[in-house]
Amino acid sequence: MIYFDNSATTKISPSALETYQKVSEQFFGNPSSLHQLGEHSSRLLHQSRLQIAQLLGVTDEEIYFTSGGTEGDNWAIKGTALEKKPYGNHIITSSVEHPAVRESMEQLEQFGWEVTYLPVNEKGEVSADDVKKAVRPETVLVSIMAVNNEVGSIQPIEEIGEVLREYPSVHFHVDAVQAVGKVPLKLGKDSRIDMAVFSGHKFHAPRGTGFMYIKRGRRLAPLITGGGQESSQRSGTENVPAIAAMAKSFRMTMEPIQTNANKMMEIRSYLMNSLKEKKKVTVFSPEKGAPHIVCFGIKDIRGEVVVHALEDKGIYVSTTSACSSRSQVEASSLIAMNVPKQVAQTAVRVSLSPDNTLEEAEEFMTVFNNVYEQFTYIN
Amino acid sequence: MQYTEIMVRYGELSTKGKNKKYFIKKLSTNIRQALKDFPEVQVVGNRDRLHIKLNGEDGEAIIERLRPMFGIQTFSPVVKVEKSLEAACEAAVELVKKQYKEGMSFKINTRRADHEFEFDTNEINQKMGSAVALAIPSIRIQMKQPDIVVRVEVRQRGIYLSTETIQGAGGLPVGTGGKGMLMLSGGIDSPVAGYLAQKRGLEIEAVHFHSPPYTSPQALQKAKDLAGKLAVYSGTIQFIEVPFTEIQEEIKKHVPQGYGMTINRRMMLRLTDEIRKQREGLAIVNGESIGQVASQTLESMAAINAVTNTPMIRPVVSMDKTEIIEIAEKIDTFELSVQPYEDCCTIFAPPKPKTRPQVSKAEQYEEHLDVEGLIQRALDGIKVTAIHAGETSESKEQELFASLL
Repeated sequence: MIYFDNSATTKISPSALETYQKVSEQFFGNPSSLHQLGEHSSRLLHQSRLQIAQLLGVTDEEIYFTSGGTEGDNWAIKGTALEKKPYGNHIITSSVEHPAVRESMEQLEQFGWEVTYLPVNEKGEVSADDVKKAVRPETVLVSIMAVNNEVGSIQPIEEIGEVLREYPSVHFHVDAVQAVGKVPLKLGKDSRIDMAVFSGHKFHAPRGTGFMYIKRGRRLAPLITGGGQESSQRSGTENVPAIAAMAKSFRMTMEPIQTNANKMMEIRSYLMNSLKEKKKVTVFSPEKGAPHIVCFGIKDIRGEVVVHALEDKGIYVSTTSACSSRSQVEASSLIAMNVPKQVAQTAVRVSLSPDNTLEEAEEFMTVFNNVYEQFTYIN
Repeated sequence: MQYTEIMVRYGELSTKGKNKKYFIKKLSTNIRQALKDFPEVQVVGNRDRLHIKLNGEDGEAIIERLRPMFGIQTFSPVVKVEKSLEAACEAAVELVKKQYKEGMSFKINTRRADHEFEFDTNEINQKMGSAVALAIPSIRIQMKQPDIVVRVEVRQRGIYLSTETIQGAGGLPVGTGGKGMLMLSGGIDSPVAGYLAQKRGLEIEAVHFHSPPYTSPQALQKAKDLAGKLAVYSGTIQFIEVPFTEIQEEIKKHVPQGYGMTINRRMMLRLTDEIRKQREGLAIVNGESIGQVASQTLESMAAINAVTNTPMIRPVVSMDKTEIIEIAEKIDTFELSVQPYEDCCTIFAPPKPKTRPQVSKAEQYEEHLDVEGLIQRALDGIKVTAIHAGETSESKEQELFASLL
């Protein structure tokens, strides 16, 4: 089996699973309980938070545990909206965001908020200039993803941050879900980013885990209220085993980040070059994109068909975002990149993890060649 | 470059006449104890120096262990190289580079025990000096009070070099002054008192009173962790846990509020004294400081102290709180001490304890209590654990966390 669908989700790492199991057995106390079992859990939770913070170069009070990327994005956007309602009603985002962002925006529009959806160029990139032009006095939030989940475009986050330095009261939210372990993202005192959202299952941690970085001093209304966990910002009994397992996978992802990125980049270049040689293949991913995503299509063959043809040979890929592929929404990032609908429908996404090898990529190409020959024959 | 040996200079020890041999022996034992987990290390105590042969063990880690050990004035890590001038020069350059900061001066100070060696003392000084000066062009050579002195000894078996003189903790080796029982509550003062007693050579055993369920397991753990911090100075510490619940309940029930605290302390002292007798200690050490709280007025101290003739050592008795805190921070007990767990001194604490209690009244109220029976039952329930240097619940937990995360 070749698993090339790591942007949809990753397989949990054996060491994270081991941590999950051990912590479930040994640290079952509720971190809020007064007794020693509770305190034990509470200290492990603290240590997990500290480890994640240190790997990101931020402080532990700036890390909040969530259930994943969707919750993080919802919180950043709606939390800002609730918090900043008295100061303005305008939000800026891009037209290639993940549905967790896009749908949140659309929901706010129903409540009277105004949202500017910035266009992207043919590489799927937003321009910092466009952000500058779109800012108004009543703008309270700019939300731009770090790495696009469908084609792997890398957004100019630092440049946008520079633009926003002139507007210090505007919240700058970055959906970093696809960037983790692949594309470096500078957070902390010297960065303009106010909120960054992370999802555990994209880096071999258990499902249902995630965390959000909220810069010290930035205020965000909580969406989930209750027992006052996470400094009253996100209530609900903490999922200590999953959080500890996430802290472990995060360390294993972040420590060798450069080697991992180089390794994936090598595989990606090989795939991109091999695919480009095929006359009827269009590669949608930009040359300078994230090291783990290759998005392409075979002329006149719907992506879905290619996915199933490859699956037949034990190779797992996606039609762009797994979140939208079942509901047959055409690849919206591609549409935003001005790819005609007809062509966008052919999109297939290969997404890598550091576990993948060049040999797998070669095997993939052998299989792909057969599939390709077959399709060109009937065409 | 690896250190091969650490040379230890005794301080005050040299003035102790006939006892010197005993002091050196004790210090050697303490060092061996502290370096137990470096099995290759050899400790040889001579009249004027003590040599720790590393035999490949981690010099830097051992230096850290030696820093807090009482009875050491200064010590120097030593590098041994083969008997050739080239090797000596190379080592000297590396040693100086390690310490050098812009503007510093140095000199080479050679002793030649092996007179067969091809160069004499002056030649060695010159050749090694120029090697260092060439390698670090901005360094100055200075004979009088240079910043860095490279000591070179040419012996039969090789050439020994050292540059650093590291300040030791001073004091007397722990254990040379006999044994005392430390009343360790968990507050700021008692660990400091224990540390100061250790500094003067006392071996201490920690006596801790706890009253479950009024006091929490965390409070007990905190006291153990504090003992672990003090064990750094002696290798291990015996931690003696005394059950105190029944006594406190009886006092609460039978003694008028104003005298509760006084009688509480009298019972604690009686118990500590009994434990001292059993364990052959000579004195009791506590963290009392005049006038700090109600139990520490002179009248209170007198009324409490009346239960025993055993020497009471109160190392912090005349210190200000700020001075005590300063030491607590230095010995890394402050953070632990201020954790907010109730100890047995604060539970049932009367709102208005007597600050001028009378011995006669205390004795009169004690008649309502079965003092002997209470003492005996508490003694029957004591638990003794050996706590090793640096062994805190925190360090064990950190290890577990590191394996999980």
